[in-house]
Amino acid sequence: MDLDYGPEYDTFRQQVRDFIEAHSHLAPPCATRAARPSPEAVKWQKLLIENGYTARTIPAEYGGYGAEPDILKSRIISEEFSRAGVPGGLTNQGISMLVPTLLELGTEEQKQRWIEPTLKGEIVWCQGYSEPGAGSDLASLKTRARVEDGNFVINGQKIWTSTAKQADMIFCLVRTEPDAPKHRGISYLIFSMDTPGIEVRPLKTMTGHAEFNETFFTNVRVPVDQIVGARGQGWLVANATLGHERGMLGDPGALENRLQALIALMQEERIGQARAIDNPVLRDRLLALQAEVSAMKCNGMRILSNSLKGESGGMAKLIVKLQSCEIAHQISALAIDAMGEIGTLYHGSPREREGGAWQWNYMFQLGLIIGGGTAQIQKNIIAERGLEMPREPKLAKVSDAAKATADIERHKQGSA
Amino acid sequence: MLRDAVARCLADTCPLDHVRECAELDNPLSDKVLGAVQDLGIPGMLVPEEHGGLGMTLLDAAIVAEQLAYMVAPVPFLASHVLAPIALSEAGSEEQKAQWLPKIANGEARIAVAISETVEARDGAGVSSADGKLSGTALFCLDFEGADAYIVADAGGRLHLVTADALKLETIRLTTIDRTRSVGELRFEQTEAEPLIDDNGATTARLRDAGRVILAADSLGAGQAMIEKAVDYSGQREQFGRLIGSFQAVKHMCAEMAARHEPCRSLVWYAAHAFDSIPEDASIFACHAKSHTGEVHRFVARTSTEVHGGMGFTDLMGLHYWFKRIGFDRQALGGPETVRAELAALQGWIKAP
Repeated sequence: MDLDYGPEYDTFRQQVRDFIEAHSHLAPPCATRAARPSPEAVKWQKLLIENGYTARTIPAEYGGYGAEPDILKSRIISEEFSRAGVPGGLTNQGISMLVPTLLELGTEEQKQRWIEPTLKGEIVWCQGYSEPGAGSDLASLKTRARVEDGNFVINGQKIWTSTAKQADMIFCLVRTEPDAPKHRGISYLIFSMDTPGIEVRPLKTMTGHAEFNETFFTNVRVPVDQIVGARGQGWLVANATLGHERGMLGDPGALENRLQALIALMQEERIGQARAIDNPVLRDRLLALQAEVSAMKCNGMRILSNSLKGESGGMAKLIVKLQSCEIAHQISALAIDAMGEIGTLYHGSPREREGGAWQWNYMFQLGLIIGGGTAQIQKNIIAERGLEMPREPKLAKVSDAAKATADIERHKQGSA
Repeated sequence: MLRDAVARCLADTCPLDHVRECAELDNPLSDKVLGAVQDLGIPGMLVPEEHGGLGMTLLDAAIVAEQLAYMVAPVPFLASHVLAPIALSEAGSEEQKAQWLPKIANGEARIAVAISETVEARDGAGVSSADGKLSGTALFCLDFEGADAYIVADAGGRLHLVTADALKLETIRLTTIDRTRSVGELRFEQTEAEPLIDDNGATTARLRDAGRVILAADSLGAGQAMIEKAVDYSGQREQFGRLIGSFQAVKHMCAEMAARHEPCRSLVWYAAHAFDSIPEDASIFACHAKSHTGEVHRFVARTSTEVHGGMGFTDLMGLHYWFKRIGFDRQALGGPETVRAELAALQGWIKAP
């Protein structure tokens, strides 16, 4: 990890500051939860790409800025935007998950067609992975596609499709080879959400909002060339994408922003005359979380620095989703504790703080601990891939054995 | 490279059996291991080149500390090879530097360091200075056994050098859980001392930062060893006809250790680098590294012990040497709560405690 700043970087930092000062009046408000970027957010995104402050290392031919990777410059950009309280580039499932997947595994035509409008916020994507019967055991998914007249014909159901209502496009896992072993029968398709036969129903969660949807497919026809990777290789493609999702859910910059908001809150909220931060127990918890966030930031720099050297992220990367989601949840929990009874206000109540955002976060982040690979699945991954611990032995399926016995019994009775 | 050299040297000279032998003695520090470490030039790491040292950085020292803890090496390091050279380089007079630094570098002299009372005073300890003489008590003097001199902070944070043969100096060995390190108590009664430069406690603050980073690095190395041992053990031990490591209950204990431990590595490295090159981050990250590794490795120490089941609790396995090293690292130069209180003041959230 080489973190020495030199004069070149001081100049670069000044450039970023100058840019922010000159343009911050054009920036959309921070932290909107809108799935579809507003027109001003799209404009801001384009301005950031042109200046190399987002999509920085994505090749210019695909609509990125095309800079050489430079960990320090990336860090300076994120620091300066965060310091100024100005939003950086867009993050959504298309930009954080699909774009890296296409760059890695897409055809030239797919890259040309989809990456640029996705980066610019013109095309919004949703992800069709989980199903009601395929959560942690994602590879057992049952949504199927048969080939008919040059089209895949898709039938089935997906769940947890966030932004499906607003999305233009979906990247979706479907079973195309029903007879192959479960991991080898899946394909990764991309298609328009306007395709006939798609129905999206909002899925209301404990937060009281419908952040997710259920999506139903009835004879949805998709041209066979709208596949990423080959038929039956969707599991490999999806795993590339899941790696990017683990990265997105574990962005240390986002943790830092939540922490800064918490520090501000604790300096603002009063318990009697004293500030919440004057309470030594609350303050100690805050400092312990600050150390956790600092460690994750340093861990993030290490991952970046390794990836620039072409080394794999190793353990440093495997732990990110588990740790970040847990820390984010603890940040919200402390915010609520620091507010006490005020912390319970929600549903637009009088005296509610920040639109109930802390309670929403506290609940939603519990969802994130479960989603994107549960904490328990993450621990299996860390243990088996990271620590190379022995896998769970596969038990003979009790149901199969019972079924076989029953078949034999039936057979006996039939022949008797 | 440095890391591999130290690891190789310790693998040869510092097997667990040797640690056990040393731990039974009143003075647990091992001449054999110290000799081997000296051959690598470790004592001179932080001594400037013009005084016969290697002029290396705290980041280098952190890497060595990690390896020493990984092997629970019973050698002086933190005070004698890190804090003393920093104190003399940054606040020693030219005569003091010329007298001590070359001897530290070539292993002829070792200096112990007592600054605990500048973090928090226990049992009424504390040292006052007047007219070149010290009075009072300093507890938890680090790398105590066999020291040729002591660097001691007074109540104002100014550092003083006292030679081991000074009159009216009483030295009392303290025995901690960690039998791989040596600490002691110094009692002064109008004891002759040479002051270092008066810089309003700036160098003492640097020593606290450096000490905390090195203790964090030590905790990191000991934690790494404990995680590896838990993973190894769970890959050998069978119960219910299975390797216990194939049970998710065990697997998840190991994964939690790894998940909390891994970011500490980057945090400690960054804290060491900040000490060397980024003054505005140095104290803040030293505090974060110290308090955070204190918390994480307490969890690692108990969890690894649990993964080992009953064997982890026995002396046979020797796991407790690492457990105790982590226990010492957590409290020395301020436990997590104390250090976090300092951090709050450092960031201007509250007035200095």
